[in-house]
Amino acid sequence: MTGSDNNAKPFPLTALVTIAASVACLGFAFACTAGWLSSHRLTPNRMLRALDAPRGPALGHRRNHAKGICFTGTFDSNGDGAELSKARVFERGQYPVVGRFNIAGPDPHLPDPMAQMRGLGIRIVTPDGQEWRSAMIDAPVFAAPTPQAFFAFLNAAASTDPTAFRQYSTAHPEIITFIDWVRNHPRTESWAETRFNSLDSFVFVSAEGSRYVVRWSLIPWLPPVTIPPTELAKRDPDFLDEDITKRVAVSPQRWELVIVIANPGDPTADPTRAWPTNRRTVNVGTLMAQRIIPEADGPCRDINYDPTVLPSGITTSDDPFPAARSAAYRASYDARIAESSSYPREQKGDPQ
Amino acid sequence: MRTRLIRFTAPQRLLHWLMAICILSMLLIGIGMISVVTPNYLTLIQVHKVLGIAILVLALIRLTLRVVYGAPALPSDLPHADRFAAVSSQYIFYALMIGMPLIGWGMLSASSHPVILYGGFHLPPILPVDPGLYTLLRRTHYCLALLLFALILIHFAAMVFHKMVRNDGIFETMAPTIGVRQTENRFNPKR
Repeated sequence: MTGSDNNAKPFPLTALVTIAASVACLGFAFACTAGWLSSHRLTPNRMLRALDAPRGPALGHRRNHAKGICFTGTFDSNGDGAELSKARVFERGQYPVVGRFNIAGPDPHLPDPMAQMRGLGIRIVTPDGQEWRSAMIDAPVFAAPTPQAFFAFLNAAASTDPTAFRQYSTAHPEIITFIDWVRNHPRTESWAETRFNSLDSFVFVSAEGSRYVVRWSLIPWLPPVTIPPTELAKRDPDFLDEDITKRVAVSPQRWELVIVIANPGDPTADPTRAWPTNRRTVNVGTLMAQRIIPEADGPCRDINYDPTVLPSGITTSDDPFPAARSAAYRASYDARIAESSSYPREQKGDPQ
Repeated sequence: MRTRLIRFTAPQRLLHWLMAICILSMLLIGIGMISVVTPNYLTLIQVHKVLGIAILVLALIRLTLRVVYGAPALPSDLPHADRFAAVSSQYIFYALMIGMPLIGWGMLSASSHPVILYGGFHLPPILPVDPGLYTLLRRTHYCLALLLFALILIHFAAMVFHKMVRNDGIFETMAPTIGVRQTENRFNPKR
């Protein structure tokens, strides 16, 4: 074939239309998959915007549970968890932990007395190179049964329309119980007196292949000392930071890690529903916080406490939240890490 | 008289079409997974990691075959601009097929996120933990993914153009023909 043959042919309209149509179809499929054409898709970024304070996020900080302090320590496994899960972390031994105490909300300068919820993130690393990351809160159950409902709740709560919240709570009466807990639960003196719960369920897989649907809690060694509401308001804006720093400087603070095993038929997919209190529990070891480090230059700062980073021997369950949290935490991590310069690593007035 | 390839060898053609499916799936999974919060997210991101490493391995095999077996010559009447586009796009495709999985692996390393392929089997980090590096690699990974998709569209358009308009045998060099009637390395009677 030569060039002159080509020139003799008529304009290849059919061919060019075929090409344009196929390319447009492929491009359209890509845009649909990306969600660029669907404004209704609940994306991680929409979830983050729903969590933001009205004036927008605090740059460089986590989008929720923005105020926190780092700690390092160990998890002392007593070996009793090995029956439930083949994960190395349940073999008797001591494994290093990088954790973060925090309070809920998008404001990294929220006064501690105003905290409505407390949280704890931990990362346990085992010698086989595997990791277990978990982010827990002190609420006994979660606010909403599904990520979509949680998104609807956040929007209803932020809405200026007074009927929005009523509509939500009619459809989701469990939110009333949750808000009652947020408003009225006794505040303790310390993170070291706070019980933290996984809320979400996960699956433990044993060496024999048995599967157990579980939730877990960190139960403090110290008995809770409650602060009366009138006194709480007078506490220092950073009293929780100061308290834990002082306590850990004197001696390590401890929590027991207790695994709760679901019976068949328990609501494993819905973190708003508690399991009956008579379920079998296994105490698998002790978390020890041994050193407190401010977040700005602390080892927890750049860790994403993604609850789906799990060792072999723990997997996700039918609970839809860990996946949603993983997606939202990643978006939060990506955003704040890119904004690092807005959150200097050396804080002015840092006592160290 | 020298022999001349009129088609890529069968293993090269097989790899090309296998990788075409893998890479197109990879791009759709990648752009889709970052837009959802459903339980599919975990499945998609896991497939994205495993498929990414698979593409890296296949790309390295394919590059080796390309070096060993070479490629059929382009038609001598191909305009210079088309020839340049054809040759440079091959370099860019190879760079992206090998680079994208490495950037993805590297960005997870830089964010201290484990790369778990299956069960307890995980890949070691290939870069130090570094937030600035993570952000750079993440943005690069995203932009290069869009570039790769655009290149695939152009590549596809060019393939149809060569088949339907020029009918110059370029499509046939990589055509997914299963029955091998012509042997490779055969003398081309047209030349």
